[in-house]
Amino acid sequence: MKIAEIVQELNLAVWAAKASLDRGVTGGYASDLLSDVLANSKEGNLWITLQIHQNIVGVASMKGLAGIILVNGREPERETVEKAETENIPLMVSEMPAFELVGRLYNLGVGGT
Amino acid sequence: MVSDNRISKVQELIYEIGVGEVMQTDLVTVDPRTPMSQLRAILREKRISGTPVVDGDKLVGIISIEDFIRWLADREEDCPIAEKMSKDVCTIYADEPLTQAVNVFQRFGYGRLAVVDRQDKRLLGIITKGDIVRGLLNKLEIHHVAEEEVYRHRVKHFFEDILADKVVLLFQYNVVGQNFTRAGEGASRLKATLQRLGLHPQIVRRVSIATYEAEMNLIIYTDGGSIRVRVEPNEIFVVVKDLGPGIPDIEKVMQPGYSTAPEWVRELGFGAGMGLCNIKKCATKMELKSTVGKGTQLNIRISVDNEAKSEDS
Repeated sequence: MKIAEIVQELNLAVWAAKASLDRGVTGGYASDLLSDVLANSKEGNLWITLQIHQNIVGVASMKGLAGIILVNGREPERETVEKAETENIPLMVSEMPAFELVGRLYNLGVGGT
Repeated sequence: MVSDNRISKVQELIYEIGVGEVMQTDLVTVDPRTPMSQLRAILREKRISGTPVVDGDKLVGIISIEDFIRWLADREEDCPIAEKMSKDVCTIYADEPLTQAVNVFQRFGYGRLAVVDRQDKRLLGIITKGDIVRGLLNKLEIHHVAEEEVYRHRVKHFFEDILADKVVLLFQYNVVGQNFTRAGEGASRLKATLQRLGLHPQIVRRVSIATYEAEMNLIIYTDGGSIRVRVEPNEIFVVVKDLGPGIPDIEKVMQPGYSTAPEWVRELGFGAGMGLCNIKKCATKMELKSTVGKGTQLNIRISVDNEAKSEDS
């Protein structure tokens, strides 16, 4: 499934790297611990988190993740948006809390890693 | 963020890219006889703010949400779209460069332009400012990928030119302590460098994750230090050094989940006590030596041909 379809289905606000939304998603990973994401997420995963600082972009790019979705309508910091734009990591915001968002993603066919 | 050479690249591209390359061809059109009262549903359903009015296959006008609002505000009777549309349609040819479209947008303040074929004047698509931005971003990304290929090409040839029995490369990255805004910079520069050297993606990933975690440790717990990376054909050897404060109990810090990170660091999602475990997982061999008050040295060895320990991601 492509990020663009997920954006449409779940009504996500796209904050950065709009040009890279045609990337495919291999699965999802939800965590707010960066080391955990580094250790356990897989390439092409969509990452669900509430962290909004720029280091999330570093982690995503290090692991080759497909994109990041911030939960609870949390707005990313300005530096985060800029970095995501340069590193080409789609950065999206959902109004839903993590639990609901993950459930909806699962229903769309985005499985675990 | 945007460097000067990026700006000139954009200027170059708006002359290079044709309108036809970025226009929307997936067209929604309306018939001039459609009543105004139906326009809102059409625009909302298709999520557009305006659309060409086509009679048969002839472009006769363009109708936008502004026209609709004006009609609503005037509280007039329902009427065919033909009466309210702009008949004086500003068109652009598909083979004209983007700069032409930009000029028209600037001069007349239109939201969209109809794109027609130069020969038979057939309506081919529509172009908005958003399409131009999207088109430019796509092109810039492609250029970026092409540039990266050039780098790789150069590095490869550089190696062919070196005459020696053994070649060893050494990179050093300096890390400033407590500086979270530059966190991970060393590791990501190292990652890009190893990719350019053409190393196996699996190896690149292991080295960069281990280095990222080590770099975060320098930032969180020390006043800074250095990361030295020695690249040899069969092994990558990373040495991370700092000048204190040192670790009192090495056995304890190796336990998963053990952490001395302050609360504010944990709130950022760091300091979960998993860093060293992650490094160990990525490494073929890891050694940690520390003297309280003096400093810490972490050695990470990753064999290039030993795929047995590699994580299967």
